[in-house]
Amino acid sequence: MEANNMRIAVLSGKGGTGKTLVSVNLAAAAKESIYIDCDVEEPNGHLFFKPENVKEEEITIKIPSVDEQLCMGCRICAYFCRFNALAYVNDKLKIFDDVCHCCGGCVLLCPVEALSDKDKVIGKVQKGTKDNVTVNTGILNFGVESGVPIIKKLLNENKPGGKKLTFIDCPPGSACIVMESIKEADYCILVAEPTLFGVHNLNMVYELVKLFDRPHGVVLNKCLDGENPAEKFCLEKNIKILDRIPFDHELGTLNSNARIAVKENEKYQTLFASLLQKVTKEVQQHETVTNP
Amino acid sequence: MKIAIPVDDPNLETSVCQSFGRTPYFLIYDTETKERKFIDNSAAASQGGAGIKAAQSIVDNKSEVVLTPLCGENAAEVLNAAGIKIYKTRDASAMDNINAFIEGQLSLLEEIHPGFHGNGSK
Repeated sequence: MEANNMRIAVLSGKGGTGKTLVSVNLAAAAKESIYIDCDVEEPNGHLFFKPENVKEEEITIKIPSVDEQLCMGCRICAYFCRFNALAYVNDKLKIFDDVCHCCGGCVLLCPVEALSDKDKVIGKVQKGTKDNVTVNTGILNFGVESGVPIIKKLLNENKPGGKKLTFIDCPPGSACIVMESIKEADYCILVAEPTLFGVHNLNMVYELVKLFDRPHGVVLNKCLDGENPAEKFCLEKNIKILDRIPFDHELGTLNSNARIAVKENEKYQTLFASLLQKVTKEVQQHETVTNP
Repeated sequence: MKIAIPVDDPNLETSVCQSFGRTPYFLIYDTETKERKFIDNSAAASQGGAGIKAAQSIVDNKSEVVLTPLCGENAAEVLNAAGIKIYKTRDASAMDNINAFIEGQLSLLEEIHPGFHGNGSK
């Protein structure tokens, strides 16, 4: 695989570990790249890039709508729905939009075609550019249960096989929304904190990338002198440690002011350029092993 | 009149279950015939929307009153649509609560919580 069309996902078991720090700085350190913010509940990568010429598109899902004149109360739809998004009370079908997972099954099964699809807006995607980076942001509306359709849209818009290096800034945790984000990634960077809690969360995403059979390595963030439980965990499990980012006041200050560290200081440029090189090499090595 | 109450065990000494949607059983009490019936709550293991499904079965059982410590907004919407009144239980056994209701000592459940949706279900 060419170094310039890889898809690299950055994830961690909890928020505040450094996913955005790592993905934003890697994207900025690359020659030409695509940054995709899949943390749709709280996207913040755009705060760092401040993209220009931003274009916006609404994202809708299909939810069922009933024609009460046609509904005969057979309840086939309600029995079918495994999320119980439909109820039949007082000779009327009730639809719970927020519970619906928009599988479309109820519409297909209705014997009298009383159900049809209706669009519901759940959020939007934004696309802009800044210098060498195309910045994609997914934004989920308040109160909407699942951001998966937004992530599907973001990743479809930036399909594998493109000509640029792609960085996917994942949501925290290891739920559906993260699975969707790493599905087609060529490599996963797991960011970990040097605490016992950090190890617990690292283990969650480690289990996930193993389940999805994604090649992966760890970036140890906020490293201090002394024992690092996350490092110990990596050594025990034989997980590749890609890099160590120090617990550094200057880096913390830059980051909390939404500055991109690699653009501010040579030493961070060196740090992330070297991380980028290691990751690229890892992916190529993995490719050679699986497709010799 | 039939009264429905979420309970932990299928016996008359049972306590009231803290969850409406995911209770293992409902005790259905008929004030006219004094008949007591336990029904399994098939919604308990649902991936989502347990409250809606549980409320649907209460509606289908033709209960007119639900006694429960808590009720989520989706379940309440189904129960309200069917005209079922929701009363708040006290910290006592299920049968004590039924007797308290008959004596007019329970008040309507005023606080409907927004649900515990998405807790590991997705």
